[in-house]
Amino acid sequence: MLPRVSEPTTTAPTETAPRPDLPGDPGALAAALEATGYLPDEGLATAAYLALVMHRPLFLEGEAGVGKTALARALAEVTGRPLYRLQCYEGLEASQALYDWDFGRQLLHLRAAEAAHEGSDTAALEASLYDRRFLLARPLLQALEDSPAVLLVDEVDRADDEFEAFLLEVLSDFTISIPELGTVRAETPPLVVLTSNRTREVHDALKRRCLYHWLEHPDFDREVAILRRRLPQVTEELARQVARATAQLRGLDLLKPPGVAEAMDWASALHALGARELDPDTAARTLGAVLKYREDTDRVHSLARGALFGG
Amino acid sequence: MAEANGTATGVARDVVDTVLGFARTLRHAGVTASPDRVEAMVAAIAHLDVLDPSAVYWAGRLTLCGGPDDLDRYDAAFAAFFGGEAPRMRTSSGPERERVVQSAPVQTTEGGEDGGEPADLATRASGEEVLRHRDVGELTVAEREQLRRLFALLVPAVPMRPSRRRRPGPHGSVHAARTVRRALRDGGEVGRLMYHRARPRPRRVVLLVDVSGSMSPYADALLRFAHAAVRARPASTEVFTIGTRLTRVTRELRLRDPDRALAASGSAIPDWSGGTRIGEVLKAFLDRWGQRGTARGAVVVICSDGWERGGTELLGEQMARLQRLAHAVVWVNPHKGRLGYEPLTGGMQAALPAVDHFVAGHSLAAFEELVEVITDA
Repeated sequence: MLPRVSEPTTTAPTETAPRPDLPGDPGALAAALEATGYLPDEGLATAAYLALVMHRPLFLEGEAGVGKTALARALAEVTGRPLYRLQCYEGLEASQALYDWDFGRQLLHLRAAEAAHEGSDTAALEASLYDRRFLLARPLLQALEDSPAVLLVDEVDRADDEFEAFLLEVLSDFTISIPELGTVRAETPPLVVLTSNRTREVHDALKRRCLYHWLEHPDFDREVAILRRRLPQVTEELARQVARATAQLRGLDLLKPPGVAEAMDWASALHALGARELDPDTAARTLGAVLKYREDTDRVHSLARGALFGG
Repeated sequence: MAEANGTATGVARDVVDTVLGFARTLRHAGVTASPDRVEAMVAAIAHLDVLDPSAVYWAGRLTLCGGPDDLDRYDAAFAAFFGGEAPRMRTSSGPERERVVQSAPVQTTEGGEDGGEPADLATRASGEEVLRHRDVGELTVAEREQLRRLFALLVPAVPMRPSRRRRPGPHGSVHAARTVRRALRDGGEVGRLMYHRARPRPRRVVLLVDVSGSMSPYADALLRFAHAAVRARPASTEVFTIGTRLTRVTRELRLRDPDRALAASGSAIPDWSGGTRIGEVLKAFLDRWGQRGTARGAVVVICSDGWERGGTELLGEQMARLQRLAHAVVWVNPHKGRLGYEPLTGGMQAALPAVDHFVAGHSLAAFEELVEVITDA
């Protein structure tokens, strides 16, 4: 009955045979992701594949800007499923994550019924107030209703722990019960991707239900490939130089080491200035695309610029 | 292999045995591979090629690990158990830097100028790393009494902050949902507006206690104060000790019994009565914890005499960084209670511009003042 709580014996037939339109092994998924412009390494491809076939949420941690959110988008594209995104923040409540009643329309409906003198049958009137059309579905409910879907729960570490407990409930059996309407259950559990920047420790209970993957900065070759893929207008030479300089910046013990996102920003900034390769002067002018702290900028300026961005 | 006769999971018996054996090795290495995680690994292998070592490596790593701390231990256990090379051993130092380490040494920066300070201060505040644990005796009756009074003092004293969550209130902004729900009860007539306003939440309090040699007469009392603070608000209080290393002792201090809590924290602190490198340790704190959220919007209390060997420039820089992150910075200097005290030490001079409240911490009366400052911060 419930997609994930069921015994392993009963899940075997449905779980071991992924649907024909889905990639059959991690390698195929990696190839499919690459076709969309996302270049995963072996571990990430395996993680995404297992999340897909085991119906387990994928918990991604890593530095900001290593492609955690982008993976969810790419997975939605590969599987052809709609993507629902829930951005977490402090004070996030069930009414913003699950569903809310459209009170304004309910009130209008009531007034309209009154005007038409339908008010005699109060029970029927009341029942008509809690109709599906007055329900505003928020991302979690949308992802369950529009099955199969990809659900991205972004920066889960920003929500407070009360919300985590509540998320746990939804993610463990993929059902939401609405007292006035009944239970909504996903036919196929959504592919869930949770991301965290580790601003606080997420509860172990939530992590235990997930596949855990730590995303690293890509190695040099992969970063060049990503830059070339995402920014085809940037020359090979510029992409290599940007990747090399970014890797060097990461080794400098900065407050915020640049991620892939910053490297892409930098490359496109350089391209916008018409640079065909990275020289110290243009590098210094565009440093704001990679470094987001004044201390970091000062530090890099004070180091031998030539050594860092030299040709 | 999925159809192989054997267990309910559809995975051959020997594979399950191997996984169980590996999980045992992993537990010895310090990763809490709980049974449900092991079950998940077996299920994951069923979807992958069991003969491919890299697939087995990833199946285990994705299901058995729960944080970046686990990854190195996992790699080591995998290499040890399966004999061969683990594929794609992590060579980059990426998460290493961000690793949440219980107790980590910080590098010594060379060139601390000795001449700047009087010789006796310089010898007492040495940058040398001396690792020694604290001798923990039983608390005396008087100390227990002090602890009890501290706790009573701290329980009602919590700095609060408005949160994004709201609660119903007599005024504030209009709560549309409650207003309409009430109107629906009254047949659609909006008779009264309902309001809600921000719900206050306790502000985080972070205590950084200097346990270096020059602070040894006071460090015990400060740790007792920290214990009382953690007991009063376990969820919103963090305690670190600083010396030559940064050590998080929040977990140890959560123990209810003061004797056990102080003994546990004593054995967790490796640099008791050692040297001082406040600047570097503060940087380690900000890099690993503070910037990520622990210091953000918090009341940060630094308990130290400010005798710094490792260059006061770094301390000044890190204090400025801390002040930008924290809601308020409180510096507790036990010497401030002495008559005629002037903050003349290099470290104190460097830190003071970034300190919001500068208080003494040498007696119970001084602690009372400190509690007041924290509450009103």
